Amino acid sequence: MAGQLKEVRNRIKSVQSTQQITKAMKMVSAAKLRRAQDAIMQMRPYAQKLQEMLSNIVSNIDSGDVNIKLATERPVEKVLLIVITSDRGLAGAYNANIVKAARAAIASKYPAQFAKSNVTIWNVGKKGYESLTRFGYKTNADFKDLFLSLSFEQVQAVSAAAMKAFENGEFDAVELVYSQFKNAATQAFVVEQFLPIAKVQKQPGARKADFIFEPNKEELIAELMPKILNTQLYKAVLDANASEHGARMTAMDKASENANELLRNLKISYNRARQAAITTELTEIVSGAAALQG
Amino acid sequence: MTLEILTPEKRLYSGDVYGIQLPGIDGLFEVLDKHAPLVSALSKGTVKVLQDKTRTERFSIQGGFVEVLNNKATVLVEGATALD
Repeated sequence: MAGQLKEVRNRIKSVQSTQQITKAMKMVSAAKLRRAQDAIMQMRPYAQKLQEMLSNIVSNIDSGDVNIKLATERPVEKVLLIVITSDRGLAGAYNANIVKAARAAIASKYPAQFAKSNVTIWNVGKKGYESLTRFGYKTNADFKDLFLSLSFEQVQAVSAAAMKAFENGEFDAVELVYSQFKNAATQAFVVEQFLPIAKVQKQPGARKADFIFEPNKEELIAELMPKILNTQLYKAVLDANASEHGARMTAMDKASENANELLRNLKISYNRARQAAITTELTEIVSGAAALQG
Repeated sequence: MTLEILTPEKRLYSGDVYGIQLPGIDGLFEVLDKHAPLVSALSKGTVKVLQDKTRTERFSIQGGFVEVLNNKATVLVEGATALD
């Protein structure tokens, strides 16, 4: 009896210490999430202004079509997927879902290219690299450790490499697979076209001021495009970062709740065992006394 | 005129200024009050913000863009650091 009591007590202790960890992780994720959200807010004015500038220029061009290298559509032979996952686990199904989205995209959009092993994956984040490599995809770990020191320069290096590879004809299409941040509890897993650049639409609302263009419109657009791509990738990375912390926060909250439930059940069995032990002891004493009295 | 210097990571400068010196891709130029609408690419160099006739602030940039419209200048740069 006493042995069973001790066993239950040990289990309670271990569940409690686990709960302490999950609670701490939740708090840490909440703090990190706030910082990640701040980063998204900080980059928004920049991204908006960049888009605005582009549409201002485009609406001042009469011919409409702009020919630049990064927007040329070619028959898609070789595909690059940039898959953004996290470095650490314990974030619920976050990483698994991104990997699933990437595999589904390959299976539905690029089966022919995959059969000729013309699908390459650049991984950002350790978790996705590990599992996609295990599934036998052609992975590349050059940018795996981006999250160790997340900065715009780092992200820029990735998009510069992708642009260069696209221009050199190493890839005919580049797609991003990542998770868009909706709120702490929900993420949207998306596959987004990165290259070639989607056609720039003339926006009806754009101001048609009489701008002076330095050096000229075409060159300006050619200069703007890479910046916009940098920003797009940076936004994806920031979104993924926020999603990761949101997912981890939710997962850890759930885990703490589950631990509570577990503790409640364990307490009940602990009390039951304790009571049983006392009853047995009492019975022993009473029956011992009764035996003495004869 | 009002000036905003934006980077992807944060808003670097925001406020009313007297003028601004920029490293244009075709050479250094200055934007003063009531400048005509302008869009220009910037090259690597130093952006000099003239807060008034005596006080200045300098930023080194790797390249970017400037847009002037309605007496409001917006400078978009990647990788800028404050000097001094």
